[in-house]
Amino acid sequence: MTGARLPNSDAMPLLKRLAERDRPPVHFMVDGLPRTALAGDTVLTALLTGGEQLRRSEFSGEPRAGFCLMGACQDCWVATESGERLRACSTFIQDGMRLLSGEAAT
Amino acid sequence: MTQPLPPVIVGAGPAGVRAAQTLVAHGLRPVLVDEAPRPGGQIYRQPPIGFSRPRSSLYGFEAARAASVHHAAERIIEQIDYRPDTLVWNAADGRLDLLHDGRTESLPYVQLIVATGATDRVLPFPGWTLPGVYALGGAQVALKFQGCSIGERVVFAGTGPLLYLVAYQYAKAGATVVAVLDTAPAAAKLAALPALARNLPVLAKGIYYSAWLRLHGVPVHEGITLECAGGTGRVESVRWRQGGDVHEAACDAVGFGYALRPETQLADLLGCRFGYDELQRAAVPQRDAAGRTSVAGVYVAGDGAGIMGADAAEWAGERAALALVADAGGAVDAARGRRLEARLARTAAFRRGLERAFPFPADWAAQASDDLVVCRCEEVTAGQLRHCVQDSGAAEMNRLKALTRVGMGRCQGRMCGAAAAEILAHACGRPAGEVGRLRGQMPIKPLPFAAVATARGEA
Repeated sequence: MTGARLPNSDAMPLLKRLAERDRPPVHFMVDGLPRTALAGDTVLTALLTGGEQLRRSEFSGEPRAGFCLMGACQDCWVATESGERLRACSTFIQDGMRLLSGEAAT
Repeated sequence: MTQPLPPVIVGAGPAGVRAAQTLVAHGLRPVLVDEAPRPGGQIYRQPPIGFSRPRSSLYGFEAARAASVHHAAERIIEQIDYRPDTLVWNAADGRLDLLHDGRTESLPYVQLIVATGATDRVLPFPGWTLPGVYALGGAQVALKFQGCSIGERVVFAGTGPLLYLVAYQYAKAGATVVAVLDTAPAAAKLAALPALARNLPVLAKGIYYSAWLRLHGVPVHEGITLECAGGTGRVESVRWRQGGDVHEAACDAVGFGYALRPETQLADLLGCRFGYDELQRAAVPQRDAAGRTSVAGVYVAGDGAGIMGADAAEWAGERAALALVADAGGAVDAARGRRLEARLARTAAFRRGLERAFPFPADWAAQASDDLVVCRCEEVTAGQLRHCVQDSGAAEMNRLKALTRVGMGRCQGRMCGAAAAEILAHACGRPAGEVGRLRGQMPIKPLPFAAVATARGEA
C-alpha cells in the first residue's frame, strides 16, 4: 500500500491498469475539474482509475463504485451535469463528457 | 405478399452465435440482438476496438474456443441482421421491445431463441457494498475488457471453478492475489473427482489453476466461512473463519461469487413455464432436450436456461436452431441433433460433479446477521426480510418483494434474488424451492425517460 488516504479527496484509484496502456487520451470533467482517461475506457474505468467512487447511495449516503461490471446490477450509474444517468460499466468515455461524483451534493 | 418474419436470437455469446450460424447454414437470415458492442458474450467478451492483447493472454486455455466463436460471428455478420448495443427490455405478444442508442423499437417475431447467459450468483456478506468489492465475473471483465485489475492487493472469495480461474488470471496479469477463500472444503472436491473425471480436460485445467496458485505462493484456504469486509469508504480488509479460528487479511479489493445464476427474466416475460431445478438451486425455464420451451416458437439455449458452461452453450445454441428449423418444416440433420443432445446429457453429469465439488453454502441464510444488506439497490437487510416473514406470514418471494421492496430496485433481483429466496426459505422453514421466484417485470433494465416517452408516443 502506498501512503495515507484523505477522506473524499486525493482519492487513491480503485482500479489499476495492468495492460493496454498505449491508447490515445480522452479528456473529460468530473465536478468541473479536468480528468484524463484512455480511448476505449468505460466511464467506470475512466472514473475509478483516477478515483474511488462513482456516486453515493441515495439511501445510506455511502459511496458506491459498481459491482457486476456487466450491465446487470445497475449499481454503477453516474450522473452527468445535464441530469442524465449513465450506466458506467457499459458506456464508453468520450471527449468532453461532464460527470458528477455525487460529492458536491453531500 | 408479406415476407415471413426472420427468426430472432437474443444474446451473442457462444449459444447465440452458434444458433445464428446454424440458422444461416439452413438458409435463414436471423436477427441477432445483443446488449454488448461485439459478439462473444461474457465468457468470450472482446475488448473494445483498439486494444492490442492477443486472445492467448485474454482467454488463456480457452483462446481457441474464443477465436472459433468470434470467427463464426465474423463470417456470418453480412448474412444476419446483427443488432449490437441493443437491450431487449420487454417481450410480449410476438414482439420484443428494444432499446438502441436511446431510442426504443419494436421487433416482431414468430420464432425466438433466448440465449441470455448468466451473471454471478451473489450471496452477500457484511461489507459487500464497499467500493472495491466486486462480483467475481466482474473482476474478470475488468481485466479482460479493460486491462484493469479491481485493485492492487486482491482477495478472491466464494466458491466455484471461476474462483480459481480469475485468481489465476489476476496473478498472471501481475496483480497480487492476497488469498483465495473457498467455502467448499477440500474433501468435497476429492469426493467429486469420479464425476469430474467425465470431462478430463476441464478437470485438468481446474487442477492446474489451483496448483499454479499454490506453487506461486498464493494462499488458498478451503472450507472457510466469509465473515466480513472492513474499511472506511472502500474495502481495506477481509475477515473469514476456518475451523474455529478467525483470520483477517489486508487488501484493497475483493472479487466474490458462488458460481453463476441463469439470466431468465426474458424467458419469464415470454410466458415460458418454469420449474425449480435442485442442481441450479433456482427456477429455470422448462425445456426439452432440444431447447423448446412451453411456448410455441420460443427456445432457450446456453447458461440462460441453466448453468452448463460455455462449451455446452455452443452445442445448445446449435441444437435449438436445428429444432427451430425443423419445427418450421425445414430439413435438418437429425443425427447431428441427437449427437448434440448426447453431449449435453454428458455435460449435465459433469455439472452435477461440479456442484458436489463446489457446493452451495447451504448454511448461508442461517449465518446471515440481521444487519446484513441483502438488496444493494434499496438497502434492504436480512433482518427486515425476517421480520416481514414473522409479522406478515409472507412465504412467497413476490409477497416479500411487495412488502419489503427486496428485488424491486434497479437490478430487478438479479443480484439479490437468490439470497433473498434463501433468507425467506430459512425464515419460514421451507425448502428453497418452495418459496416461489421473483416474477420478471418490464423494463428488465432501466430505460432513459426520453426513450419511454418516445415509446409511448409511438404506441
